[in-house]
Amino acid sequence: MDTRLIQGVAYLGLIIFLTFILYGYIIHLYRSEKKGKRNYEKYGKMALDDELSSPPVEPLEENEKESK
Amino acid sequence: MQNPAIEYDYTVAKWFSYLAILFGILGMGIGVWIAFELAFPELNYVAGEYSLFSRLRPIHTNTVAFGFTLSGIFATWYYVGQRVLKVSMAESKFLMAVGKLHFWLYFLGALLAVGSLLVRYTTSKEYAQFEWPFDIVVVLVWVLWGISIFGLIGIRREKTLYISLWYYIATFLGVAMLYLFNNMEVPTYLITGMGDPLHSVSMYAGTNDAMVQWWYGHNAVAFVFTVPIIAMIYYYLPKESGQPVYSYKLSLLSFWGLMFVYLWAGGHHLIYSTVPDWMQTMGSVFSIILILPSWGSALNMLLTMKGEWGQLKENPLIKFMVLASTFYMLSTLEGPIQSIKSVNALAHFTDWIPGHVHDGTLGWVGFMIIAAIMHMAPRFYKREIYSKKLLEMQFWLQTTGIVLYFSSMWIAGITQGMMWRAVDQYGNLAYSFIDTVTVLHPYYTLRGIGGLFYFLGLFMWAYNFYKTMTASKAIEKEPQFASPMAA
Repeated sequence: MDTRLIQGVAYLGLIIFLTFILYGYIIHLYRSEKKGKRNYEKYGKMALDDELSSPPVEPLEENEKESK
Repeated sequence: MQNPAIEYDYTVAKWFSYLAILFGILGMGIGVWIAFELAFPELNYVAGEYSLFSRLRPIHTNTVAFGFTLSGIFATWYYVGQRVLKVSMAESKFLMAVGKLHFWLYFLGALLAVGSLLVRYTTSKEYAQFEWPFDIVVVLVWVLWGISIFGLIGIRREKTLYISLWYYIATFLGVAMLYLFNNMEVPTYLITGMGDPLHSVSMYAGTNDAMVQWWYGHNAVAFVFTVPIIAMIYYYLPKESGQPVYSYKLSLLSFWGLMFVYLWAGGHHLIYSTVPDWMQTMGSVFSIILILPSWGSALNMLLTMKGEWGQLKENPLIKFMVLASTFYMLSTLEGPIQSIKSVNALAHFTDWIPGHVHDGTLGWVGFMIIAAIMHMAPRFYKREIYSKKLLEMQFWLQTTGIVLYFSSMWIAGITQGMMWRAVDQYGNLAYSFIDTVTVLHPYYTLRGIGGLFYFLGLFMWAYNFYKTMTASKAIEKEPQFASPMAA
């Protein structure tokens, strides 16, 4: 088979595959919120409440313990 | 909870902020000068070979992109990184040392690299002009920044990485990949034992070199002028306005959209050149798709201000950031339009291209860095911003400058493109090159004046920052949202 044809088909296949991944990601985001697994919007608070003394939105346990 | 006596350490953020101001004035000063050189060619010869447009132009682009912008990126990283990870640099002596070393190596490297361009050491590849020894310094600087990013992430208290950090990490990884591949070069002296030790030739040749170069060149715009600036606006606009990001999910989606699309768009720089036709088409198509993730971020920012538009009137920093986001939208619509093949046939090599670049860099990049540094100033020095009035004046002067710049270049570019293409009934060119130059003269002068306005604004910024640092009224504690400023 012509190499250029293989390249072309492979390229198209890659684009379609990556497009599925991207759309899959949107579905994943909304589904995990709907199921109550995650609340993405709360992460917006990380910029607003960013004092060193304010509690983390989601603390990282091991580093939290070390600093006690 | 952590030790309450520890505070965020802004030492390195402050140093990089000073550099951003210094390189901003230097790089844009040269920009204004060479703009006037185009309008008044005799200016080319005031300092012999050192003032020639061809000598100064790479110094302008490199100083502004890799001096001003990178300093702004590093300054904001050393500020935002600590705050959203809720960890102070003072907690790690190692990271503090890395940060300081990062600064000094960067500063010295930048001075040497700019000096090398002035004495004509150049690879002649756009935005990648530095010769091989300076490339090695750049790599070292970048590695230090990487250690700082991932080191700070390693000792964080906040489990999830805020969206800005995704963008900073993407900047780090993107530039690392692009820079290494595009700067693959052979130092000629080491191979042949002859010639200048600083000289090198690219590992790629002909069309391949062009493809790698514009894959790099366009993505340098992506990962220096776009991605890290989005990192900034996702932190500073919500923080200054006290409003959380309108949609965090949209920010995640736009991030992956941008990463997915941007890297394929560089081919639009080579339309109607010797690269394969499918690659040119791919460059066009991906450039058009790029509107979606770009506008996703920009609209997310504008919607963050929903119900709080009154702040636009009251707070000049919000003005800077909202206009930055608007210029981002303008620029990311204009670029894709220019990359359509039929439009490109008219636009390519004309002044419309620098017009496009500058409404992005002056409006989006410049305004965002100015706003970010002025937001940090009261937190750095525990003093209010010295003068709101001066900030307002700077905003309007610079906005006028940008409008003059891009409108003159739009008219100049399209006029130029039309004149180059015009033919009489026998197919002979209707105009000679010098005819276009004569017609463009007023627009070149206007562009110079626009640039001068923006440049004067930088001095207002520098003065306001300096007075905030030294003479402004002290504040008792760090402001939570809106930056305090004296009338």
